[in-house]
Amino acid sequence: MYKHTFSRKYLGIPYALFLLLFVVAPLIVLLYYAFTNGQGQFTLSNLTGFFTNPNTLGTLFYSFGIAIVTTAVCLLLAYPTAYILATSKLKARSVIVMLFVMPMWINFSLRITALKEILTWIEGNLAYYPFLNAVIGMTYDFLPFMILPIYTTISKLDGALLEAARDLGAGEMQAFLKVTLPLSLPGIVSGISMVFLPAMTNYVVLDMLYNSTYIMGSLIGSYFAAYNWHGGSMIALILLGIICLFTLFTGGMEEEHTRGGALL
Amino acid sequence: MEHRKNIIELKHITKTYEDGFTAVDDFNLEVRQGEFVTFLGPSGCGKTTTLRMIAGFDIPTEGEILLNGKPITNLPPNKRPINTVFQRYALFPHMNIYENIAFGLKQKNTPKDIIPKKVKKVLELVDLEGFENRSTTTLSGGQQQRVAIARALVNEPQILLLDEPLGALDLKMRKEMQLELKAMHRELGITFIYVTHDQEEALTMSDKIVVMSEGKMQQIGTPEDIYNEPINAFVADFIGESNIFNGIMTGKLRARFCGGEFVCVDDVEEGTHITAVVRPEDVILTAPGQGNIRGIVTSVIFKGMHYEITVESGKNEIVAQSVNSATPGERVGVKVEPDNIHIMIAEDHTNIFAAEINKNWELEYNENVLNVDLTAIIRGSRMMEDGTLLDANGVEIDKRKIRIMVSIQPQHIKMTDEIEQGMVQGYISNLIYKGDHYSYVIHTDLEQDFVVDDEYLWNMDDQVGLLMPVEKMTFTVKR
Repeated sequence: MYKHTFSRKYLGIPYALFLLLFVVAPLIVLLYYAFTNGQGQFTLSNLTGFFTNPNTLGTLFYSFGIAIVTTAVCLLLAYPTAYILATSKLKARSVIVMLFVMPMWINFSLRITALKEILTWIEGNLAYYPFLNAVIGMTYDFLPFMILPIYTTISKLDGALLEAARDLGAGEMQAFLKVTLPLSLPGIVSGISMVFLPAMTNYVVLDMLYNSTYIMGSLIGSYFAAYNWHGGSMIALILLGIICLFTLFTGGMEEEHTRGGALL
Repeated sequence: MEHRKNIIELKHITKTYEDGFTAVDDFNLEVRQGEFVTFLGPSGCGKTTTLRMIAGFDIPTEGEILLNGKPITNLPPNKRPINTVFQRYALFPHMNIYENIAFGLKQKNTPKDIIPKKVKKVLELVDLEGFENRSTTTLSGGQQQRVAIARALVNEPQILLLDEPLGALDLKMRKEMQLELKAMHRELGITFIYVTHDQEEALTMSDKIVVMSEGKMQQIGTPEDIYNEPINAFVADFIGESNIFNGIMTGKLRARFCGGEFVCVDDVEEGTHITAVVRPEDVILTAPGQGNIRGIVTSVIFKGMHYEITVESGKNEIVAQSVNSATPGERVGVKVEPDNIHIMIAEDHTNIFAAEINKNWELEYNENVLNVDLTAIIRGSRMMEDGTLLDANGVEIDKRKIRIMVSIQPQHIKMTDEIEQGMVQGYISNLIYKGDHYSYVIHTDLEQDFVVDDEYLWNMDDQVGLLMPVEKMTFTVKR
């Protein structure tokens, strides 16, 4: 009998190599720099330095603030949009969804420059409202990432479940609150994780809006710009830790509620 | 039997969708309190749409639905005292069994201390005691089905709608659930409206069956009525296995079909075109020469409880069920008792016969070439120079795989004394005066009966030729 010598696990080799080269190795380099000083000696001063410096801590909290507000605004705009799109009987539904996604295909620096011009025209000087402008810029950039996963979960929702709810005596509002909303939670969670984390770090958006606001991304950038690789690495590591905690939390929620889940 | 009041009435219900498709067409139905009614039909016959209109998920384009005499046509589903068991159960995946079943009670603001008691009671009814905290995904298909039934029944609906609820279960489970559902119906006294395409399921469970096809009600009656007295060929074909023949009445309580003369009990006027239905279990095989017709056994299949024996008689085939086996090739007689023949009046008197395609791609009947263009009959086809015929998709047509059916009306056939002139020859086996003309039945040499209308009187048993003008024929292609 012919014996298969090819095992399926060999298919994993390229992926493992990729992982080693582009994930594990940089992480080791990051760890090395984060816990050493200029002389190459082990130190915890980078860590203690971050949590004792009121400026860096302030930036952390400010970034949190921007990220939370941006995520909330995105969610408030995206959920109704996604819901209306997913439940409408329009034949042009996919075209309209495309219209929401299409901005993602245009180079984002071009989009932000356009936004900058509009905001300058309205506000006069962008420096007057740094927080507001930061939220507007981020929301504009990240909104599609919130709409799509929510749209996907709602349109995948089994229509029979809603009919069952109505059949069992629920009005339209009750059916939405008891069935649609809880079952679209996986989409919301995946939308939040795609908006919240970039909103903490994507300082390029702010830079392009001439925004003086300092967020975590800007902080890391400035450390590296000043050749302080050790301090910069530590901040990156701390951010990584926060991201890990966040995904652990949301991942746990997702597991509870999804089957299939939402994938962008 | 006491006369119970109608719980639900459907009056002239029509449902036409935006794309113009009519799913349900002028449907009328009255269901009595406590009945078990089944909508039976092939997929796409409108049975589920009708159920959805009773539930309130679809609104009829025309007509009225009355519940206890009051119109509910436009009432939303949550305002109707009707609950549904869905085809794929539709259990809420984010709730456990208890929450699923309690959903309807909570919506109706049932007092908090009563809900657990009701849930417990209904779980006992469906044999799932102690399953309250299980997740819906850990259940088997049969258990999910029971939860779905419990979730509907806990609301104590006046009518329980079941949309092919057993379709996803395996055969053994299905049989078990059929009996359980029937027992529940007896115990609770709630009106059940059940949708299925499985005729056996319908016959087993229902008090009343509504057979549907293409949005129309074909027949309504008890399972016995529907099985024994199907109203048309569709119902006969759909319910149980049947031998269905086209035939003709040759005298009082005498019919000819399947190449033989049979005595029947349905009094239909002489000369009428009929459809005769004989159930396989009513076909009796006898010694050759003793039955109504003679034939040759072509196949014998053992089916566990009986043998299914196919007998060929001339151009006809008849299927019999028998506890005794037979051998293929054996010569037998076929007998059917008069009260086992169900006679239905055929819709019209159109003569239909099959024509053959000869090697020159001409249409031929009884060795007469019909002067028609085959490419005009097979839509979109074209003749190639190498003598092959291609269909609309450019695929070569295999002449053995298609049959051309020819139909012609009785008034378009002429009889002639010069019998060789006719397309087919036969003798007059029947004649009836129909006021302004005579209706003749010609039994041809090819063992077929033609109906011919003629204003002149011919004699019984006259040998005639039949003149059939090609321009009066219509052709249909059967693959």
